[in-house]
Amino acid sequence: MTLSVTLGHSFGGFTLDVAFEAPPGVTVLFGRSGCGKTTVVNAVAGLLRPQRGRIMLDDQRLLDTNARVAVPPHRRRIGYVFQDARLFPHMTVRQNLSYGRWFARRGNGPDIGHIVDLLGIGPLLTRRPGLLSGGERQRVAIGRAILSNPRLLLMDEPLAALDEGRKAEILPYLERLRDGLGLPILYVSHSVAEVARLATTVILLDGGRVRAAGPAACVLSDPQAAPLFGLREAGAILTARVTAREADGLVRLDCQAGTLWLPDAPAAPGNSVRLRVLAQDVMLALTRPEEISALNVLAGTVQEVIPGAGHDALVRLRVGDDALLARITARSAGALALAPGRPVFAVLKSVAVAPESMGA
Amino acid sequence: MTETAPLFDAAMIETIWLTLKLAVISTAVLLLVGTPLAWWLSRAGGLWKEIVATLVALPIVLPPTVLGFYLLIAMGPASPLTALLGRKLSFTFEGLVVGSVIYSLPFVVNPIRNAFEAMGSRPMEVAATLRASPLDAFFTVALPLALPGIFTGAILGFAHTVGEFGVVLMIGGGIPGQTKVLSVQIFDYVETLQCPTR
Repeated sequence: MTLSVTLGHSFGGFTLDVAFEAPPGVTVLFGRSGCGKTTVVNAVAGLLRPQRGRIMLDDQRLLDTNARVAVPPHRRRIGYVFQDARLFPHMTVRQNLSYGRWFARRGNGPDIGHIVDLLGIGPLLTRRPGLLSGGERQRVAIGRAILSNPRLLLMDEPLAALDEGRKAEILPYLERLRDGLGLPILYVSHSVAEVARLATTVILLDGGRVRAAGPAACVLSDPQAAPLFGLREAGAILTARVTAREADGLVRLDCQAGTLWLPDAPAAPGNSVRLRVLAQDVMLALTRPEEISALNVLAGTVQEVIPGAGHDALVRLRVGDDALLARITARSAGALALAPGRPVFAVLKSVAVAPESMGA
Repeated sequence: MTETAPLFDAAMIETIWLTLKLAVISTAVLLLVGTPLAWWLSRAGGLWKEIVATLVALPIVLPPTVLGFYLLIAMGPASPLTALLGRKLSFTFEGLVVGSVIYSLPFVVNPIRNAFEAMGSRPMEVAATLRASPLDAFFTVALPLALPGIFTGAILGFAHTVGEFGVVLMIGGGIPGQTKVLSVQIFDYVETLQCPTR
């Protein structure tokens, strides 16, 4: 299921002009507040009629302003999880979950018991939405959207209204959805952490335009895109396989770039995980550092050096088939004579780990 | 002083029954007409909405006798409405229902319209993303959410119909068993000094 979108819409002095494709998996629309993300998602759902545009879901035309085609929202079969759950207050949790399912009666929808288990909302079924916590409400809203048996799921910052604890509570469920249901998801976010953890594809929006688009690992390690993510958040994604838990408790992971040891991993040996390495947590050396406390050193070559706005520079490395970003000072870049093709060693000071689907 | 008639004689019970029948039927018609009208007023925009909203509100500003007079002419023997229906509505129970509905319309439409407006467009959007057609969404989401407003409208419409006098007297006169409702009966009692006013 591939979604292709071309949109033009002007309102209140703001012009949105975007074109992108969302292949299967999780496609994250990333950008700052006010860059037009929600407008795009509302147009895909059919809640907003853009001035110009064409939206295709595989070969079905959902919108074509030239041909005056606009499928009404209730016939699009597109689920929508809003930032503020928007559960129906006059219904119980069970009735909320059954609502979309009832109108979707044709065709085989997902099993309600399976979704309830997946989202851990079994104990809430008889309650009213007013008595649920923010995290519980959002999980019910996700379940409700899935049970309407959509062909595509839209999620507009589903975690933005939650505190860190609630976010951590829901993220694993989203990962299970991505990996377990095979449902394509268009996910709006302005959190790099969510992008790094969930995205298969990233569409980077800025000022109503697409600045970068592609597989998550490429876009996240693109130094040109780094300023849009924020320099502190810029970093690369590596996919690694957990190979062993060693005697001292450290976990051994193998990725294309080499072997890493981490204090903990959320998956058992044999499973694959997604590693996020922030640019500011990577040091560079010309020779393999000896007698150093850091365990994780990867050999690679410099691909690109991009001077920053201040005294810093971003260096993109190729390590095996993966890319890494390092943020160093401009002085160091000069002292080490870093230039494309130069072999270097990357010292990773810190690595964040998230589970990765086997198939993605 | 004349002899006071027993308060609950057969004529009085007939009048109370007629009044309740008028109020129940009028309230039912008011809800059936007023709810879609309130929905349209809460969603529509432009000149037509303003015109209709003003027409609906007219009974609030017009004196009941004046409104009743207009309705009497509209339902009278010489009116186009009578020609269309083949019979006149003035001085009939059906005429009273029509008059009551028009007179009480703003008191029913406004609370329901406010409830629909307070609800906003979001619940309907959510329902649409869950594959409910606009009609399905109206009955499963908009109506239940507006229920308090509909309840208020029904009570106001009922009470207002029971209590009206000017319009009823103009359209219906006071034919016992047909158009003589409680308010007219009370007026008759006081006018003929059959109740202890002194």
